[in-house]
Amino acid sequence: MSLQLLGVHKWFPGRRRAPSQEVLRGVDLTIESGEFVSLIGHSGCGKSTLLNVIAGLLQADGGRVALDDQPVQGPGPDRAMVFQNYSLLPRLSLLANVREAARAAQPDAPSARGDELAERYLRAVGLWEHRQKRPHEVSGGMQQRTAVARAFAVQPRILLLDEPFGALDALTRARLQLQLLDLWQNESTTETVLMVTHGIEEAIYLADRIVVMGGEPGPSIVEEIPVPLSRPRDRATLIDQSGYHTVYEHLMRLLTKDDVAAN
Amino acid sequence: MTAPAPETTAVTERPLTGPEPAPAGPNPEIPTSVPPPRRGRFRDLATSVLFALLGVGCLVALWSLVAWRSPDLPTPIDAWREFLDLMSSPFHDSGPNDKGIGVQLWISIGRVFRGFALAALVGVPLGLLMGGSRRAWQAVNPVVQLLRPVSPLAWFPLGLVVLKDSPQAAVFVIFITALWPIVINTAAGAASIPTDQRNVARVFRFGRVAYVRHVMIPHTLPSLITGLRLSMGVAWMVIVAAEMLSGGSGIGFFVWDSYNGGNLSAVIAAIVFIGLVGVALDSAFVRLGRRVSTQEATP
Repeated sequence: MSLQLLGVHKWFPGRRRAPSQEVLRGVDLTIESGEFVSLIGHSGCGKSTLLNVIAGLLQADGGRVALDDQPVQGPGPDRAMVFQNYSLLPRLSLLANVREAARAAQPDAPSARGDELAERYLRAVGLWEHRQKRPHEVSGGMQQRTAVARAFAVQPRILLLDEPFGALDALTRARLQLQLLDLWQNESTTETVLMVTHGIEEAIYLADRIVVMGGEPGPSIVEEIPVPLSRPRDRATLIDQSGYHTVYEHLMRLLTKDDVAAN
Repeated sequence: MTAPAPETTAVTERPLTGPEPAPAGPNPEIPTSVPPPRRGRFRDLATSVLFALLGVGCLVALWSLVAWRSPDLPTPIDAWREFLDLMSSPFHDSGPNDKGIGVQLWISIGRVFRGFALAALVGVPLGLLMGGSRRAWQAVNPVVQLLRPVSPLAWFPLGLVVLKDSPQAAVFVIFITALWPIVINTAAGAASIPTDQRNVARVFRFGRVAYVRHVMIPHTLPSLITGLRLSMGVAWMVIVAAEMLSGGSGIGFFVWDSYNGGNLSAVIAAIVFIGLVGVALDSAFVRLGRRVSTQEATP
């Protein structure tokens, strides 16, 4: 499933007398089916907003958002999201969190179908033994794995990830990245992944293409950088590959340029 | 800095409750695991009881002083005798004019629970509706805000006219009393569902039933229980006044009847009984609230 954005604008209305704030200015982006795209940029550059617009949680004020030429009008069963702060429902067990989403995704299917998907993906992220626990009883990494399982259990065609591993420690993050790639490539029908991140290594390791967003002159896409690294990628030797450094340096320069301008 | 030595000896001298563990470390003199410092539970309890008694003692002393200056007021000893007298047969029921204090309290508790249950039945759905829909909030909130500051006793005449029965009118007053805290707290709880939980429900396309069941009610529950607890507290206060108006039976009637019969000792004893029942009701809700909040996620 391909995604097209054309001239997407978004304003946040100002509170009281504060002026409205432009959060997206004329964003053009096309993501082809089967692509893994990372969206990178400084905090406040509108990347999460863009993701929410694609998810259908926010309505764009201008421009066009389309999935396979169908305009996006709200959340749909073709898209699932992994939120930054896990966002599990606190009173439901890990299993119930995944199961309720899976059932809601297919309201007409028998509920056993949802149970089956919930079990499959909870096992895939290695949490089947902990299925009866509630979110606050497990670590942040386990909560986010549950959130990943929940997203896959609705069998979306596009997976949207909003800084999913930002709050985790480096080891947990590395393991989750691997799990994510495995689920995407081997365990699901999900074709396309769009991930917001502010980790340069993470973006390069995971993505086929990196979309850089910036605040100047308006909040929009600054540049798109293809990642010339073949899959499967080995994290240990990735750094030694020639393409890695070119992309890394390029990204670093782009992202620190803004810093200098801002100061 | 104090020397650590005395503390170590104190720890090793502590009597062991279980069988003595085999020395695990190279030096058996140094305990491998140190139990957390513990003050005597009994001593804590004794201290708090002592101070509670001190507080009660001060009140009784003050009361004796006032009773000594104004002879119409019963002394603490009079009241204590009356208290014991009432306690001697709390559940006797010899007609409308001679009921034991337990019977009267039980009648009042029954009325409070009926009014309270009705209020919960109406208030919880109404609060959920208000919290869930901005339009419903805009429609209902002005009415609630207008009626909330009115003493519920003002509704007594209306209840009397419509229900044509004064005990029923008292239940109606309790219903009105209990309604507002339940509605307001439920609505506030339901309105404060965090955006990311709403977003989860939207992205994963929860149906209305799943949303109410898995997002709205769980999130609202703690503040809903607070509302129930508050309204039960006020209802128990208001029932006394309502029964003074309605007459016939109940603890409020008992207080008014005792006053008319010139038995102020009974009034004071009844105050103590009312307080004890109030504490019991409140602690039941505190316990309920605690049971709910232990399941609550820490952020």
